[in-house]
Amino acid sequence: MIEFQLDARSGVAPYLQLVQQVRHALRLGLLQEGDQLPTVKEVVGGLAINPNTVLKAYRELEHAGLVAARPGVGTFVTATLSDESLAAHAPLRRELQRWLLKARKAGLDDESIEALFKDTFRAAALEVVA
Amino acid sequence: MSTAALQTHGLGKRYGRRWALRNCTLSIPVGSVVGLVGPNGAGKTTLLHLAVGLLSPSAGSIEALGEPVGSDPRHLTNVGFVAQDTPLYPTLSVAEHLRLGESLNPGWDRELAGERIGRLGLDPSQRAGQLSGGQKAQLALTLAICKRPELLVLDEPVASLDPLARREFLQDLMEVATEYEVSVVLSSHLVGELERVCDHLVLLAAGNVALSGHVEELLASHRRLTGARRDPERLPASQEVIEASHTDRQSTLLVRTSEPIHDPSWAVEEVGVEDLVLAYMGRTSDPQQARPQLSAVRR
Repeated sequence: MIEFQLDARSGVAPYLQLVQQVRHALRLGLLQEGDQLPTVKEVVGGLAINPNTVLKAYRELEHAGLVAARPGVGTFVTATLSDESLAAHAPLRRELQRWLLKARKAGLDDESIEALFKDTFRAAALEVVA
Repeated sequence: MSTAALQTHGLGKRYGRRWALRNCTLSIPVGSVVGLVGPNGAGKTTLLHLAVGLLSPSAGSIEALGEPVGSDPRHLTNVGFVAQDTPLYPTLSVAEHLRLGESLNPGWDRELAGERIGRLGLDPSQRAGQLSGGQKAQLALTLAICKRPELLVLDEPVASLDPLARREFLQDLMEVATEYEVSVVLSSHLVGELERVCDHLVLLAAGNVALSGHVEELLASHRRLTGARRDPERLPASQEVIEASHTDRQSTLLVRTSEPIHDPSWAVEEVGVEDLVLAYMGRTSDPQQARPQLSAVRR
């Protein structure tokens, strides 16, 4: 079971934040086929948000074919977004952790690390396009 | 379209020569959670008292759940109300409040009352006067919800609570709204509080409805434009200027529009609920009468 968080300052609509968190968990293999999503009542009780926000997020996930509602039971994951590449996550994560350590040793703070990563990511994406 | 949870036509309430609420026309679908916002004295309490039949209109009409308010007292069994400052009887215990609720309300759900008191950790023998602010609010909500209404009206339910108690109260309220499928109308002068819990917004300013609608639609139809200084009069007709501010070089506008903005010289931003409320409040306040009127309107 996953637990949702809401970032009020992100500027991303609350329902979209819920959708993204489910997609994220599916991609990382934290949610798998057959897993149950929190009930609407659990989510609104946890986050103090409007029930329609949760319903809208779940409808969108259902529309994308990722979950299915079983009336009176709950909403269940029916597909996965992780693929064979999931096996490569662990070694990549270790490499990234080593890199982060190196960056910190070199004196970069969180903001510099994030800026450097985003900038490199964008530059690399442009190279692929070119 | 099914019946509305709350519907008003040209609704007005006058105290002596002063209109506390004027020309209020609204329609709120069943199943909504409505945030009623506006500065103190804008007419929020008056509108809520009209909705639950504590006041009768001086003009226009109001219907709750498809029936004119006040036409039949039995109708009120479908409407739960938590008044401002969560009025309880300080010398009565929690259990006595529940007994009172049971004897006054034909549809009282005793099982739900017991379950809630247990879950909220309220001691049945404790006097209401000794409860914390958060517990008082939760007891008041329990009394309102255990009559199993279809419409729940709350006047400033979290105004006097600390941030943690506020959050707990709103969590509980949203759970209740989900489980029992009640429509909820709650007022607050703090917009941030309501942003997450409401799907509808009604903004009152100086006795008038300044803005009303589905929150997502309101957000989708407003944009903030920033660019080189220009005259707002010369915008396309489809863009209604709600708020404008200018420096000698730059103009910042908040516009209402149903069409995308193509003019490349504007930087276009989305707006939040709080931005909208402030912009509309600024628009309706009449500098000549705004302030004194605010204090005079309060009951």
